[in-house]
Amino acid sequence: MRTSLHAAHVDAGAKIVDFAGWEMPVEYLGVRAEHLAVRERCGLFDVSHMGQIEVTGPDARDFLQATLTNDITRIGPGQAQYTLLPDDNGGVIDDLLAYALLDRFLLVVNASNIDACVGRITGLAPAGVEVVDRSPDVGMLALQGPSWAKALTPVASPEPFSLQYMEATEASVAGVPCLVARTGYTGEPGVEIMCDADQAPAVWDALMGTPYRPGAAGLGARDTLRLEMGYPLYGNELSRDRTPIPAGLKWACDLKHGGFPGAERMQREAENGTPEKLVGIVLTEKGIPRGGCPVLVDGQQVGTVTSGTLSPSLGVGAGLAYVSSEHAERGTRLEIDVRGKPKAAEVVTLPMVDSSPRKEHHS
Amino acid sequence: MSDETYPADLRYHPEHDWVRVDGDEATFGVTWYAQDALGEVVYYDPPEMGATTTVGQSYGELESVKAVSDIIAPASGEVLAVNEKVEGAPELVNSDPYGDGWLIRVRLSDPSELDGLMDEAAYRDYLQGL
Repeated sequence: MRTSLHAAHVDAGAKIVDFAGWEMPVEYLGVRAEHLAVRERCGLFDVSHMGQIEVTGPDARDFLQATLTNDITRIGPGQAQYTLLPDDNGGVIDDLLAYALLDRFLLVVNASNIDACVGRITGLAPAGVEVVDRSPDVGMLALQGPSWAKALTPVASPEPFSLQYMEATEASVAGVPCLVARTGYTGEPGVEIMCDADQAPAVWDALMGTPYRPGAAGLGARDTLRLEMGYPLYGNELSRDRTPIPAGLKWACDLKHGGFPGAERMQREAENGTPEKLVGIVLTEKGIPRGGCPVLVDGQQVGTVTSGTLSPSLGVGAGLAYVSSEHAERGTRLEIDVRGKPKAAEVVTLPMVDSSPRKEHHS
Repeated sequence: MSDETYPADLRYHPEHDWVRVDGDEATFGVTWYAQDALGEVVYYDPPEMGATTTVGQSYGELESVKAVSDIIAPASGEVLAVNEKVEGAPELVNSDPYGDGWLIRVRLSDPSELDGLMDEAAYRDYLQGL
């Protein structure tokens, strides 16, 4: 499948790869340059492959409260919330952003999990709750980086700059009706913009045509940016094999009220601790950890790397790993077995970089 | 990044490695096609000096941000030199794959292996078929 921006990516010289059945740009000029452009200025991503599921009806809020892990009663119209969709055992079907809008909830889910999410949510929905997969109709761009507002100012109305982190509003961008939200997956301040898929190229072109032109950024940079922040990726850090608790996502699970599938197991894990925890790791010698590399202490395996790369911001090999909880303390020295070669590494706090999506924009 | 070129004075291995022969010694590197497929190279893990390369087998690794790639030896031999410049600046493999981006220098143990490699025209035809 192709997004409506495919021609724009090809024109921009993108290297296209298959991602969850989508032909997506992995990089344009190079992952490192795109990554650093987002950290220092601003980058524009096509994330139209992501899924959008609309949930409506008088009982939609109660239904989502009983279906997702976070406390959805804490958000009102125009607010977004990070949450997870658990299976009956508390395993993770997907992580997602739930948007409360005036007349509906919108769930933005991972491209690879659209069918699983639609199936799960539809299967649980009672009469009076309508679940509709809007994914094919919705185009989605992410404008990310400290200078996002400079790129958006010339083409947006009203200027959506009073938005706080995790707030959303309807706005016109290049004359196209959009939902603009202060959300993202990079750790930088910025917005995500949803509109009719057919109109996404007009929004892309308008943003690229502003004097403060953002750099086109691909999925490669999206992955390295999220990794430095310690944001989990479904399929790497999250799966049905674990609840959100060992991934450090207790904050996104409303264990006080509970009532969602797997809540009791998560409560137990939160109280008793889990045998392993997700940590950030940084190599203290040359090398690059990769998903699947064993984590060793005194030659014994104590965990496994789930994501790894060369951190463009830090210039060293960095990754995320599940390790046994006794080795999860910051500063713990470990070794990563990189294809048979042990490399010295250390547990670090997340995020690995001094970034925050809550930062004010540079005006 | 560099423009797509395949110098006529080199011999090519189907795993996208080139050889520049100089008597019984040779220089190895990866082709423009290989570096383009890999993307920006950020790490070079070279063999030890004195190690043996075996035709068709990996003698080191190149890594991009996204992926790891084995470097396949286009001929057998003994490693005489490793390009330390590429260890410090792996992006040379992208910017100058046939020049400053060379990877190792070897003493060939069986120069007849070179007869099995492609010349520029054959390699270009091979790329067309991929």
